[in-house]
Amino acid sequence: MLGLKLEGISKSFGSRRVFSDINLELKAGQCCGVIGPNGSGKSTLLKIAAGLLSPSTGKITFLAGEGEVSRETARFSIFWIAPDLEFYGELTALENLSFFARIRGIKKDNSEIVQQIQRVGLGKRENDQVGSYSTGMRQRLKFALALVCQPQILLLDEPGSNLDREGVDLVEQFIQKSRPNLAICLATNNPLETKYADFFITLGQ
Amino acid sequence: MWWKILLLVGMSLIIILTFTWSPPQAKLGDVSRIFYFHVPVAWVSVLAFLVAMLNSVWYLRTKNLQFDTNSGIASKLGLLFTFLATVTGSIFAKAAWGSYWNWDPRETSLFILLLIYGAYLALRSAVPEETKRAALSSVYSILAFVTVPFLVFVVPRVFKSLHPTDSIVDKNLKIQMSGQVSALFFPSLLAFTVIFFWMYYLHQKVEKLSAKKEV
Amino acid sequence: MPTSLSLWASRVLALLGKEIKTELRTRYAFNSLLMFSVVTLTAVSFSVGQFALSVQVKAALYWLILFFASMAGLAQVFIKEEEAKTSYLLKLAGPASIIYLGKFLYNWVLLLVLQVIIIPLFVIFLDLELSNLALFLTVSVLGSLALSAATTIIGAIVSKANVKGALFAVLSFPLLIPVLVAGIEGTQLATGGARFSEGWGQLRLLVSFSVVMLTVSLILFEFVWSE
Repeated sequence: MLGLKLEGISKSFGSRRVFSDINLELKAGQCCGVIGPNGSGKSTLLKIAAGLLSPSTGKITFLAGEGEVSRETARFSIFWIAPDLEFYGELTALENLSFFARIRGIKKDNSEIVQQIQRVGLGKRENDQVGSYSTGMRQRLKFALALVCQPQILLLDEPGSNLDREGVDLVEQFIQKSRPNLAICLATNNPLETKYADFFITLGQ
Repeated sequence: MWWKILLLVGMSLIIILTFTWSPPQAKLGDVSRIFYFHVPVAWVSVLAFLVAMLNSVWYLRTKNLQFDTNSGIASKLGLLFTFLATVTGSIFAKAAWGSYWNWDPRETSLFILLLIYGAYLALRSAVPEETKRAALSSVYSILAFVTVPFLVFVVPRVFKSLHPTDSIVDKNLKIQMSGQVSALFFPSLLAFTVIFFWMYYLHQKVEKLSAKKEV
Repeated sequence: MPTSLSLWASRVLALLGKEIKTELRTRYAFNSLLMFSVVTLTAVSFSVGQFALSVQVKAALYWLILFFASMAGLAQVFIKEEEAKTSYLLKLAGPASIIYLGKFLYNWVLLLVLQVIIIPLFVIFLDLELSNLALFLTVSVLGSLALSAATTIIGAIVSKANVKGALFAVLSFPLLIPVLVAGIEGTQLATGGARFSEGWGQLRLLVSFSVVMLTVSLILFEFVWSE
């Protein structure tokens, strides 16, 4: 069961400082909410935790029990869902997910992957090119990918965006069901989503 | 401060003596005098590349932006000196061999160096953000440097050399210059190297001052 | 944690497979490569007419066309990921080295496929004599290996820069000069009736260049790929 620790994280793009001195310790079973006005850097913080951006200063460690593990080891157990995450439009949903699984080194049959695609309500559309999907469908597909990867640390950036009522319910089910085993970090301004969080980090002060 | 005066005096002496005191080379006559400028300048253009590359390596290891700034400065100076080397070389080529450009291996190597500097500086100007620019140009400068051994090996095989081969260093790599020639050549080499480093430090100071001014 | 070599290889091949699949569906890169080569080849053949070209000139034309086709077709390999925003997917999926190797292999495969098409065209339109077929093919295969080794990381560099147009060609050319020289000489030998052993020098150069470029690229790629 993995946890995440951020110490003294700051990020600047050129001379523009987005945030500084962010500290966070997140254990399995916990959900941290990241809130703040638009432009305060919520998405940036999550990207840094996911390893997609490097922090300008500060340290990120991954906790396993009492000790730590390297990012390389932890990498396989982190997943990130955000509006910025895009699939390959020319590939089908099934192809996108199986590609990702293979390159992550996860062994999953196509049938298992199709199962996950169905679980998020994309039933018969696994063989359609993702380019033909609506944004709501793509958002659901991201959750399907998370199900395929079975991460231990999940970073959610506005998970309910573009989702209809059913989709939002799905997300709720997903979070509630996986909570005990997952360390979740959730960035959002949506008051309906902040209810998932056990504690908060506020940016933009 | 004293060394600047020494440099001024020394450089002036070198320039004057090149035209009056040094003996014209046997085969090529007066035009060979350009050798006292051309070779040191060509040497500096290569030195600048080395300086730029080392700074790039240091940037990647320490992420200190100063090293990347140094790399950019060294490259700009390198471009200048390569250009000077090409011009002095062409003048010599016209006088000694009849045409300004012949794709002789040394000429070609200088030209390639010019291309590398040009490419490096084009890359720098295409990336406005500091840290990204530093990372990308450092990587490129190291890549270019790594190609050099191959270029050295490959280029001489494309065309036969027109360059005088036995004038400075013979087959056994022993220095073959006569006393008078050495006495003028090595100080010139030293003087140009000092000029390079002086310009290098001056540019660094200017960059620091203009950075302060923006803040 | 997955560390075995075969797992590593299957991950790299997964990326290669994805690249080939998307390429087959969009044909962006391959069309550029092919169109450029065919147009240039026919233009040269037409302009030359009845005039016989020497072995040296044909060898040079072969590599010239390969070079410019690479500039047209290989530039987008990382840019397309940045533009489609799929680079995040890749970053989440695996370490930088796997991404690099997958892309490198893809570039190599692209060039090999291109050569399969244009070599016969060269034979037809420019009367290229493949007197030593084994040497010719080896030079072509190793030459494209070297081309890919040098240009893949340049493609990554260019994808992070603003002005993308000619920058790829400007950055690649100085690095590719050894490849062009070795390739041209090797092809000259192969089409001029030399024995295979005479080409060893060129082959050695291409192999050592590829090894050095790949190694340096693997080390440096991380700095370009991560932000």
